[in-house]
Amino acid sequence: MSLLNEMSQKAFDLGVPISVHLDVTYRCNERCVHCYLDHEDHGEMTTAEIKGVLEQLAEAGVFFLTFSGGEVFLRRDFFELLEYARRLLFNVKIKTNAVMIREAEAQRIRALGVDTIQISVYSYRPEVHDAITKLPGSFERTIKAIRFMRDQGLKVTIANVLMTWNLHDSDGLQQLAAELGVHYTLDPTITPMMDGDTSILSLRIPGEELPEVFRNPALVPNMEEFCAPPKPVSEDDLEGYSCSAGHSFCYISPYGDVFPCVQFPLPSGNIRRQKFFEIWNHSPELKEVRSIKAKDLNVCSSCSHVSSCTRCPGLAYMEGSMQGPSSADCEKSYYRTGVPTANMLRNSGRARMTPLVQIQPLPVLA
Amino acid sequence: MSETYIARSSAIAARMLAGEMMVMNSMDSTFFTLNQVATAIWQAADGRTPLREIVRSQICEQFDIDPEQAQTDAAQFVADLSQHGILLVSDQPMRDPHAPEER
Repeated sequence: MSLLNEMSQKAFDLGVPISVHLDVTYRCNERCVHCYLDHEDHGEMTTAEIKGVLEQLAEAGVFFLTFSGGEVFLRRDFFELLEYARRLLFNVKIKTNAVMIREAEAQRIRALGVDTIQISVYSYRPEVHDAITKLPGSFERTIKAIRFMRDQGLKVTIANVLMTWNLHDSDGLQQLAAELGVHYTLDPTITPMMDGDTSILSLRIPGEELPEVFRNPALVPNMEEFCAPPKPVSEDDLEGYSCSAGHSFCYISPYGDVFPCVQFPLPSGNIRRQKFFEIWNHSPELKEVRSIKAKDLNVCSSCSHVSSCTRCPGLAYMEGSMQGPSSADCEKSYYRTGVPTANMLRNSGRARMTPLVQIQPLPVLA
Repeated sequence: MSETYIARSSAIAARMLAGEMMVMNSMDSTFFTLNQVATAIWQAADGRTPLREIVRSQICEQFDIDPEQAQTDAAQFVADLSQHGILLVSDQPMRDPHAPEER
């Protein structure tokens, strides 16, 4: 175990929020076809409010801070927030589409000691990328920005969301990333929209196409191990937890709402009304999330995949129960290994359903 | 005898976790944890106080360590961290306009 993993495990065991994802805006200059956000501004936190949040997060022990959105650079105060976060000694990662980054911005990001910039790129073909972002010229501007940042010596990662529109473009994009000298990461997860609309789930790549991704050695270096049948389930596996959501990680929206994860829309408190520390330590919702071990899961506890499944409790919550299965992950486990999951066997012959769960900002008290 | 001055690099991130200071350099993602003594030196690295004085006032007095041994260990510690770009070392006082605040 690396030292970093050791410290992350220590944070998990002690319940320290070592990592936080903070969306500073939902506004965006792109309109990506798969995006789950409502881009209207319903009352974002002010500069002073976010600085206050950052101080509280530092106090609570947060080390890894991800600034994301929406498009973070649409906030005129973004560099002020970034500078403040660095003064508080966070390890900062920025997620952006980079279309507003020029040489001067890249220099400033470098000078502020930002750790990583993750940039959304959907294809090596400009017409495909621009069709997904619905912003003409976005591919050219984004790639230009990547070059500016690479030239500054920044660590850049191209993040590719795989969907039906760009299913066969991953190899070409990975090659482009290599030519640019930046990292590449791929994620086939499409989540329902914040208002509960599930229409964008039709963009998910069909399950039968997943083996093409999972068995591509260029994308999955440890393919043999990754696609191996699940190992026998042990007692330790059943005593384990799904992920770090709510244990050592959480998500904060631009309106101050706190959730276990960006993909887990369980409102757990609002930082405009309570201190972060209070929410983190006393929220009944977070306590419930933390109480669920693998052995407590409905269906999944008896599944042969329970030790290796990427089951996302947030996606399971959106399907109806945080203790239930996440069908998208069942599908991944099946197409990764060829072994059906307990949930699939249970549901064979039944249509898959994804009930609506809406993210709503908590009502503001008078 | 020339003095050694140390300052924290502006590229680092740091936070205390369960009594250990985690330090990470954004340039190369090297990750360290510092023990109590190393943390005390790192926290006192303001670019203006000579290392010798930091060791005398922060280390020998607080941790009851032999002064000669403490100076040798501190010099080694500073050399290691400066190699990884975490500490800046100079024989002149340094002014750090971006001095970060640690928690």
